[in-house]
Order: sequence, then C-alpha cells, then structure tokens
Amino acid sequence: MTEKYRKVAYYPGCALEGTGHAYNRSTKEVGKALGLELVELENWNCCGAMEVKNVDPKLQTFLSARNLKIAEDMGFDTVMAPCNGCYHNLKKAEYDLSHDAGSRETVAKLAAKSGDQPYEAGNVETIHALEWIRDAIGTDELRKRVKNSLNGLKIANYYGCMYTRPRHIFPEKDKGPGSESTGKPHFMDDLLAAAGAVNVEFPLKTACCGGAHTLSDSDTSTRLVLNILTTAEACGAEVIATECPTCHSGLEMHQIRAEKVLGKKTNVKILYFTQLLGMALGLSARKVGVNENFSESRDLLKAKGLG
Amino acid sequence: MPIHEKHLIRPENLVRNDKLAIEGVDVSGDWSTFIQTRVITDYNEAMQEEIAALPGGEFIHRCWQCGSCTNSCTVNMLNPDFNPRYWIYLIRLGMEQELLRDKDIIWQCVSCNKCTYACPRDVVPEGVMKATAHWLELKGYVPEKPSMIFDDVFSEQVFAKGKIEEGRLMRKFFVRTQQKLAQPWLIVMVKGLVSRLPVTLLMRLGLAGVVHPRTRNWGRTRDAINEYVGEQNAKHRGALGLPAQSTESHS
Repeated sequence: MTEKYRKVAYYPGCALEGTGHAYNRSTKEVGKALGLELVELENWNCCGAMEVKNVDPKLQTFLSARNLKIAEDMGFDTVMAPCNGCYHNLKKAEYDLSHDAGSRETVAKLAAKSGDQPYEAGNVETIHALEWIRDAIGTDELRKRVKNSLNGLKIANYYGCMYTRPRHIFPEKDKGPGSESTGKPHFMDDLLAAAGAVNVEFPLKTACCGGAHTLSDSDTSTRLVLNILTTAEACGAEVIATECPTCHSGLEMHQIRAEKVLGKKTNVKILYFTQLLGMALGLSARKVGVNENFSESRDLLKAKGLG
Repeated sequence: MPIHEKHLIRPENLVRNDKLAIEGVDVSGDWSTFIQTRVITDYNEAMQEEIAALPGGEFIHRCWQCGSCTNSCTVNMLNPDFNPRYWIYLIRLGMEQELLRDKDIIWQCVSCNKCTYACPRDVVPEGVMKATAHWLELKGYVPEKPSMIFDDVFSEQVFAKGKIEEGRLMRKFFVRTQQKLAQPWLIVMVKGLVSRLPVTLLMRLGLAGVVHPRTRNWGRTRDAINEYVGEQNAKHRGALGLPAQSTESHS
C-alpha cells in the first residue's frame, strides 16, 4: 500500500469525456467508495494520442508534457490516467524527455512560444488506474471491503497494447515479484480475483484490438476483435474486463459489426474493470454506468446477483 | 510461428516448357523448370536516408534482419504479405520498385508495438512503418490512405481546440473519406444505446457536439504548434527532394 496514491491528480483524457464516459464515471465512483481522492487536472489538453504521434512524435511529447506540467503546478507528484492511450503517452513523454535531447529542445521551444514553462522529466509520476487501486488499497484490503462478491463470475482480463508496450517506457514493470509483467500482466486479474471473480486463462491479454484503425480499416479491426471475443469464449469467459476506453469501445463496436457484417455472433459481455469492482463494492449497476455500455450485460449481472 | 515467412521466387518468374528436348534429352514439364534471371538497375540509393529523415524512421539503419518484427506482427497474422522485415530489407537496399508492389497495404500497421517490443536492435519497426507510409504519400505513389486522413482530421482538431470531441471527429472523417455515416452496424449500436441511456446523459452528449470541448487560452499554443508543423513539413519534403509547399490542400 502506498500512502501517496491516496490523493492523486486525475487526467481523464478526451475519450473519457466521450465514448468512455462509463469508465470515467465508474473510476470516480470506485475511488469514492474506497476513500481515494482524485483531483482533475485544470484545463488539460489531449495527450496527442496515436494520431498526433503519427504526424510528429515530438509534438505528441509536447502535448503530453503540458499535462504533466499542469499536475506539477497543482502541487502533485503523481498523475493517474485510466485510459491506456493517455497513460502510454504520458509515460512516453517522460521517457523521451529524460533520454532524448531533441525532444527536450522541441518541448522547450513550443512551451516558450505558448507562454508556458516546459515540463522537466522526473517531477511527476504517471500511473494507470490499475496501479492506483492496487497500490493505494492493495488486494488484501480490497478483499475486506467487498460487499457483493463477483461470486465466481468468469472473466477474461484484456489489457491491450498500450499498457505494456514498448517495454522501455515502463521502467517499473518486469521488476520481479510484486511488479507488473509486460509479457503477462496481472494487476487487473489480482484486483478482480480479490473481488470474487474467477479469472480464466486467457492467452490474448495483450493482443491488439486494431483500435488504431477502428474506423479507417474497420475490416481489420473486426477480424482482430472477433479473434479476441471467440478466444475469450473458448476459454470459458462470461465477461471480458477492460481497462482502456479505446479497447472497450472497439470490442463493443466490432462485436456488433462482426455480427452484422460477417454474421459471427458472440455472447461474451464487455465491462470496464472499474464497473466490476464498483459493483463488488456494493454500488448499483447504474451508478457505475453499465447502462452506458453498448454491450448489453444487465441480464447476466442480474442472474449473478450483481448491481 | 513458422520461420519461413516469404517466397523469394514469384510464380511469374518461373518458366516451364510443356514440350522441350535439350541435346536429345526430353525435359518436358517439371524437368524444364527455370527461374528467370532478374537484373535490377533502378536502385534508389537515397532510400534509407529518405525514410530515416521522416518521423519514426530514424533507426532503420540498425536492422540486422532477424525477422522478430514480422514474427510478432499482428497484421502479418491476417495477411502474410504484410512483412515489416522484408520492407526494411528493401528500403536499406534501395529496391524502390519492389517496395511499391506492397504500397497499398503498408498503411495498415495497427501500431500494436509488438515489433518494437520484440526488436533486439531498437529499430522501432512501428515507427518505420509510419515513416514508410508517409514517404509513399509524399512521393505521390499512393493517394492519402484512410488512416492518414484519420490522423489528419484528429490532429487538426487537437491543434485547433486542444481537445477531441469524438462525434465531430467521426463525422469529419466520414465526410473526408466519402462514407455514409448511416452504416447499418452503427445504427444498431446507436439505437441500442439510446433506448437505455438516461435523457440527461444523451443531452450532455448532444451538447458536446454543438459546444465543442476545448482547452482554454489555447490560442498561443495553437499558433506555436501550427508554425512547428509547417516547419517540419518543409523539412521532410526537403529531405525527399520535393518543393517545400505541397500543391494539394485538404482544408
């Protein structure tokens, strides 16, 4: 348990204000239920996402660094980002600024022209919502706080690409027992197991959902998502737990598209891990935004006595 | 995963005679299969430097052709012709015409970073794929691909407002790529959601489409970014020997 994660800066990012609002809502509710405090960054901007990175990686570094600077100016040394894309980009900015003089130069130049002070590497630590809950509360404590056990709900934990790759921007991972693994991540598994779920052995934890091309190359994305969905079902999962708004909406959207376009129907439900944790902590399904999901899981949840 | 990942001899380079006798020996059919001699004279000797001058391509020179990128590739699993290792090989040798055979699929890299994770030489193959896709466009070998259009529409909105509003992003992308917004699967999704969502939330989402989310006091940052992007574009075009200003305009 890490005392310093009890109150952290919160960077929701654009997706959580749009298609990922259920993730935003459930993350805040879980934080509240666990007595953790989130303070949203004032006047934040887009982290640059993959799209600006494709146009110019140093520009993405500048956009992400601007948010880290806001956290620093608000007096925080930790910023929590629930979106894999934002999390990845803030981490990447941190790495680039401490390893690449060219990135430092570009960020300093753009900050000066914007009338801001540039962010300097090493001042703010970026963590994911998984690390936040796991390190601020811990699985033992979480187990004690569970009011409504997930009751053996069979879950495939899906982490996607950006939470673990490329490994060099996550220096704290792969550090042996207790640390997160980039090859076989387990933080979400640990939390959901503590909440009473049964995690199925799922080989596609870090497979790609094609989120980058979810609209621009929909057929590729649909095939990749269908592979994830059918594998999860073959592994016995009733639910795929997600921790990224792009993965989540990609899985939901292409589950429907696979049925409409390819005629392949899958029944596995898709829920944010924060929605599952929230219900385990006694919050209602509505409170954690289950009705805001495209994936219709309410019947399953009712049958399991959740929400 | 099989190590054998590419046929080096294409069917059109094979010659087979149904009836052939050489010095009185009948070598008809499979006995007379020959591989045609291939002579390459049109090397682009600057190709590696051109790719390396574009964002993401900086470390292409490090590649030692181990094939870890292709072996771990998400898209290669769906399409065996999608072969980063081979493209890096062609670029480093300057075999431009060979690379152009695959010009319409290179943009399909999904940036899963499995290659960059696996690469023992820190080539950042994912970046090389992006640089190569940009190179193909800048050189005029391919029209702007859907993923590039998406990157542009997305980036333009971030540069202008500081934030993204997804509904507007989607509408703009569909217009630019001349697709109908009323995709049947999209209608099913929206209908399902509307039937479940509370009215207040629907109103808030609708409002976001009208009153676009934006970062306050963004003006100076916007100008700084646009100036920087202009400089970079000129630099990239210069590295490829192209005039500084593109003649095309999308806005």
